[in-house]
Amino acid sequence: MKNENMNTKDYIKRYFKRCITGPYSLLCGLSVTLRYFFNPKRIVTEQYPENKKTLKMHERFRGHLVMVEDENGENLCTACGMCERACPNASINVLATKNIAGKKVLGKYLYHFGSCTQCGLCVEACPFGAIKMGQGFEFADFSPEAFELVLNKKEGRG
Amino acid sequence: MSTNVLLPGFREAPLDEDFEEFYINMGPQHPSTHGALRLVLRLDGEKIIEVVPHLGYIHRGMEKQAEKLNYIQYIMMSDRQDYLTAIQNNLGVCLALEKGTKIGVPERAEYIRVILAELSRIASHLVFYACFGGDLGGQTVLLYGFKEREMIHDIFEEVTGSRLTTNFFRPGGSNKDIPDTFVPRVKALLKHLESALSDYDRLLTKNIAAMDRSVGVGVLSKEDAIAYGCSGPVLRASGVSYDVRKNDPYSIYASLDFKVPVFYNGDCYDRYLIRFEEMYESIKIIKQCIDKIPSGPYRSKEKPIFKLPNGSFYAATETAKGLYGTYVVSTGGNSPYRIHTRSPSFGNLAALNTMAKGQRLSDLVTILATIDPVIPEIDR
Repeated sequence: MKNENMNTKDYIKRYFKRCITGPYSLLCGLSVTLRYFFNPKRIVTEQYPENKKTLKMHERFRGHLVMVEDENGENLCTACGMCERACPNASINVLATKNIAGKKVLGKYLYHFGSCTQCGLCVEACPFGAIKMGQGFEFADFSPEAFELVLNKKEGRG
Repeated sequence: MSTNVLLPGFREAPLDEDFEEFYINMGPQHPSTHGALRLVLRLDGEKIIEVVPHLGYIHRGMEKQAEKLNYIQYIMMSDRQDYLTAIQNNLGVCLALEKGTKIGVPERAEYIRVILAELSRIASHLVFYACFGGDLGGQTVLLYGFKEREMIHDIFEEVTGSRLTTNFFRPGGSNKDIPDTFVPRVKALLKHLESALSDYDRLLTKNIAAMDRSVGVGVLSKEDAIAYGCSGPVLRASGVSYDVRKNDPYSIYASLDFKVPVFYNGDCYDRYLIRFEEMYESIKIIKQCIDKIPSGPYRSKEKPIFKLPNGSFYAATETAKGLYGTYVVSTGGNSPYRIHTRSPSFGNLAALNTMAKGQRLSDLVTILATIDPVIPEIDR
């Protein structure tokens, strides 16, 4: 790294100066790594697949969409379609049907997980609190059909 | 290939007959281009004559897609532009939308916005620090930088529900209120960050190998920086003191006490130092805000359907990369007629050729690292 306008004397001077400051700067850096080496408490790595049982996501974590159900498996959805309209990438199809009394109820709640970006706008839009973002993750699968989900088990309450 | 034929995009005149020049591709898949960016280099031996970036590998047509979405849905799209500072992009879009509706923002929401935006700035600069070290060959630095960034993203996950694609701010405030654990966590993080940053300073800043590879490399003059539309740390490292937070303050930045660090050499080392200074300034800003978060509503009363009046609205924010502008043209409906984004990385990348001309091939990696481009933001 010799500059063209630097004379030989200056160059040699700089060379010997750098012989001392160079290794010193490296030792400065090494002192940091050594401190971490002898201080295992500072290490923050998680042993991921092993700690899966104790791993808890934050309450607001946005995983995949799930339906809020009570103990009988009844959902709160009225098939109003607000979530379908709020979804930016058409991941939700609410298929309404009519029950025996002739009232409009939820038939099928189709959720295309493959195109979902988990933005949470559907949960914000729902006026009844019938859906929420789940805590799950690790959804990789080999077949695209695994991402075409039907969320409701029963008809909605209407 | 004959030596006197120029590939498309190159402008320098062909050199003499006996001159041995050749073209190589750097990217689209290259570890130091930080994404799918293709650089075509025209080389004379190891010396760079010209660099032409080829963009568009991850173009998703966001601005066109926005015309089909409504305004609230577009906020989700801004997460996917600069994924390192998603929350600042949310803020930029929301500020533009608020200008249109004259919607007020409660004071509590302003404080939440500033704290999260500055946390995001620190996270982004830490990624720069990590990648800068990694690109120079110091893999230790790469791991250390990401450690504190994870802690910041933990806070983001607790507050917004997602680590990167936050989708948190809305016109007139934010999506949700901050949880009770937010303030103590941020305080603990700040305490930790200060010691960690001084560690990182010692790890790399005076390191002789890092200095040799960055001091005097990739010099960008003040005039060129302005001419190319550079912004953010790249502009300020060239000696121009322009920060939207100071010069055209939004949110509550006008009432906060912070400095805008400026360096004058315009080389890679200055672009590295300035980001370190900015992290300290961000910590200072968060410290001023964290104790003063007022109680009250976190969002002003929302309308069932968000609509903008007829007209066009523009708001600029200072993200970690530079000036992020959002220009919205509305015809009065609930979805935009046109949205244009002025992304900082695009302007900064434009200056790459000027910086890299006459440098060695290995210096290009350093220069590219100090520009700190995020490719999804350039392509959109």
